[in-house]
Formats: sequence, structure tokens, C-alpha cells
Amino acid sequence: MRVWLQHHGLSLAQTLARLARSPFATTLNVLAIGAALALPFGVYCVLGNLESFSRNASVDPQLSVFLARDAAKADIAAVEARLKGAGGVSAVRFVSREAALVELNRAAGMEDAIASLPQNPLPDAFVVTLSGSDPALADRLEFQFKSLPKVAYVQADSAWVKRLDALLRLGRTAVVLLSALLGLALVAVTFNTIRLQILTQRDEIELCRLIGATHAYIRRPFFYLGSLLGLFGGLAALAIVLSGLTVLNRDLAHLALLYGSDIRLRLPNSNEMIFALAAAVAFGWLGAYLSVSRHLLEADRN
Amino acid sequence: MAIISLRQVSKRYPGGFDALRLVSFTVEPGEMLFLTGHSGAGKTTLLKLIAAIERANGGAVLVNGQNVSALRPAAIPYLRRNLGLVFQGQKLLFDRSVFDNVMLPLIVTGQPYREAARRARAALDKVGLLQREKANPVTLSGGEQQRLCVARAVVNRPAILLADEPTASLDAAYADEIMEMFNAFNQVGVTVLVATHDRQLIGKYRKRVLTLDHGKLLQ
Repeated sequence: MRVWLQHHGLSLAQTLARLARSPFATTLNVLAIGAALALPFGVYCVLGNLESFSRNASVDPQLSVFLARDAAKADIAAVEARLKGAGGVSAVRFVSREAALVELNRAAGMEDAIASLPQNPLPDAFVVTLSGSDPALADRLEFQFKSLPKVAYVQADSAWVKRLDALLRLGRTAVVLLSALLGLALVAVTFNTIRLQILTQRDEIELCRLIGATHAYIRRPFFYLGSLLGLFGGLAALAIVLSGLTVLNRDLAHLALLYGSDIRLRLPNSNEMIFALAAAVAFGWLGAYLSVSRHLLEADRN
Repeated sequence: MAIISLRQVSKRYPGGFDALRLVSFTVEPGEMLFLTGHSGAGKTTLLKLIAAIERANGGAVLVNGQNVSALRPAAIPYLRRNLGLVFQGQKLLFDRSVFDNVMLPLIVTGQPYREAARRARAALDKVGLLQREKANPVTLSGGEQQRLCVARAVVNRPAILLADEPTASLDAAYADEIMEMFNAFNQVGVTVLVATHDRQLIGKYRKRVLTLDHGKLLQ
């Protein structure tokens, strides 16, 4: 066991020394792998942010029922009664035009614009919360409310959330496809790198086979090489994504300030980073495995 | 029991060249013998069959009672660990020291480092290269390089030593030196099979001689 560990240590040390001996080629390889990995990982992080954003937004379907500007108190009461009486409605909240104006006033940057208006342009409205998230129900009620007297317009507030959700699902699929594709690229990059390394060490490999080296012994340093390339590439990808998100956050902070909100891109957590690194190592290992196995198969055939 | 035994062995290379035709002979443990013949007679092929570097097309090659030609690929490394090989064309590694070249067979077979280093130095001492252990093999003379090959071949204490033209590129004095080493290993019980076309060298030793002629063994 101790001897086995000793040899693994020796293998690892030799591999590191080999990488250090050609720093330029190693750096380029690591960067190629890092850039290939940064793309899906970065998209994944941004998607994660959008997802948590859409989760925070209410997905409970709501309908905003805007009344006509000339609706009188009696009309409002009549509409309210009809809304409350409709099936599938769980809550009805009245937002008077005055209250809406106050709320709008609270939003930053709007005071001047509102102050310049001769009169309150907002209508009275009801916010109707539906009891189920069945889209058919929302559609039916939207249609029904539209035909009520003195109702000017009905807006389904959950529609954009649904659209975002659908987009996110699309995004997630895209990340999976992108990851698979660039994982494949990573395997190909390590495959070729290892192949070159095998060619430069061809004499040594041949000699080792002649003096009784097992396939496992010959594979070992290349497994280390592939895994290390994956690991360093993964670290490069993390560095690219983290610095990219930090730069984006700086710009976002500026934008968020203008909107008076606190939008920030969340950085990937340690689990996600460990998973990304593990995937990079696995892809590197796979590339090495394919490359060495292919070489040994060819050598065996001769 | 014979340590090496060939029974009706034939080897045909792709393209139809018959390197060996129905070759049969046995080698007893502890024996030293020469394999000779003209260039292209099949000497190297015969050694390659014994070391499972090539596979026979017909017949059986038995080493320690194991049929080498029928060996699974995964078993071949363990066969080779019983063999010391001195190759034609040396195959020294010039990216590492003399010492590391001799260490390689011990590392490959998983010896603990300290024990391996001790044995590597002992082997280098036997061939008179201990003072050069830190040198790069490139800086050695032809005779020294060949001695390094011998040290690498015997460092694992193989039961069988196979040497392919070990004196080919050496002058007479160096050649004698190498042969004396083989003789010394044989005297401590190693079975030695030396392929050479140098009849003068063979004449100096009273050993059995196998002669190949166009792939056939002359009796």
C-alpha cells in the first residue's frame, strides 16, 4: 500500500514537472479548457439568478381589472360584488386611483413627471387573486371580467412570469446541451494533448512495456495529466466566471441604483464550484483514458 | 524441466515473409547458449517470440512451462519481469540519468524506492558504472552505454537473460568485456541466450550454438 502510494506520488510529481517544463503550451491548454467550460458555467450562473428572481415574483395568477375613468362609486361596488361572486377567485383588493398615484409617487424618479400632470391619469382598479394556477381558469375569468360594465381593461399579471418560466426552461435545456457540447470539446482537447504527450514519450512507453510495465502503470501518469489539465482548466473557468459576474455586478449596481432596487447577481456557491471542478476533472480524465487506451490498443495490435 | 522450449515454431510476417520455419529446441535452466546465423536469419524474431513481443503463427513457445503465444495481453508484463532484455539499438532514455535508467525496471515492477535504489547501485557497480550514476547516458562511450543496458537488464534479477547483438557496435575489447559479464551472470545461475553473428566471439566460449539459416534451425 505504501509502495503503491509512493508510486502514485512519483507519477503525480513527474506529471506536474512535465507541465511546468512547457509553461506556454500548458497555459494555452488550460485557457482553452477554461474558456470552453466558462461558457456553460457562466450561462448556468446567470440562469440561476433569473430563476431565483422569477421565484420571488408571484406566480399565483392575478388579474388586474382596470375600471373606466368615468366609473362612479355605485359602479365600483357593483363590479366588486361581481368579482367576489365569481368562482375561482380567492381575494379581491381595491386599489383606488389616489392610492395608485401615491404608490407610483413612491417609485423613484417619478415625482417630477407626476407633478407635471394636470390631473391623476390613473384609473381605479381591482387586483383579483385567483385560487388556482390553472391557466384555463385565468383565461376564462379574464374574458368574463372584460365584459363587466365599466371595466376598461383586464390584465393577466402572471402571464410574463409564465413566459419567463418557459424561457428559463428553454435556457436550462440550452445549458445542458451547451455543457454536453463543450464537455465533448474538453474531452477532445485533452485527448489531443495526451496524444501529443504520448508521441513525445513513445520511446519510454515502449521500453516500459518491454520491461514488464502493466497497462495500469503506463496509463497512470496520463490519467494524472488529463485530470490536472481538467482541474486547472476548471479553475481557469471559475476565475473567468467569477470575475465576469463581479464586473457585471458593478455595472448592475449602477443600474439598480437608478431603479432604486437592489438587483445583484449571486455568485456560484461552493457546491456549484466543486461540481464544476469535478466535472472538468472527469472530462479531462475521460480524454486521457480514451487517448491512452487507443494508443495501447494500437501498440498491442503490432 | 526446460526453462525455454520451442516446438515447431513458425513466424510469418504480414506480407508473406517467413522469418522462422518449424523451429524446435529446448534450453535447460542455468544454460548459456549462442544463437547465430546470417543477417535476416531470424535471430531477432526468435528472441521477440520468447519475450512475447511478437506472436508465433504456428507451434508453441514455452517459457517456464507457459505458452507465451497464447498469453493474455494482461499477463505479458508478468512474463517479461522474468526476462532481462538487452535490445538491439539499446533503447536508453536520454532524458534522465544513468541511475534513473537502471531504476526504471524496478519502478515499473513496483519495488519500494529505497530497496530499488540499493539494487540499482549494485547493478551499476557490477558493470563498473557506479561512478557515472549521475551522468546522462549521452555522455557515455559506446561500451559504457552497452554496459548500462546490461545493468538495466539484470537489475530485476531475471531468471533468463536475452541479448540481441549485444556487441554489434563495440570493438573487440569492449565486446569481450560484455561477454564476460554474461558469463558471470550465467555462473550465478541465470539462463543466458545471446544472439550474435560474431563467430570469433562464440569461439572463445565452449557453449552450445544454435544456427539459424533462412528461418530454419540447422542441426
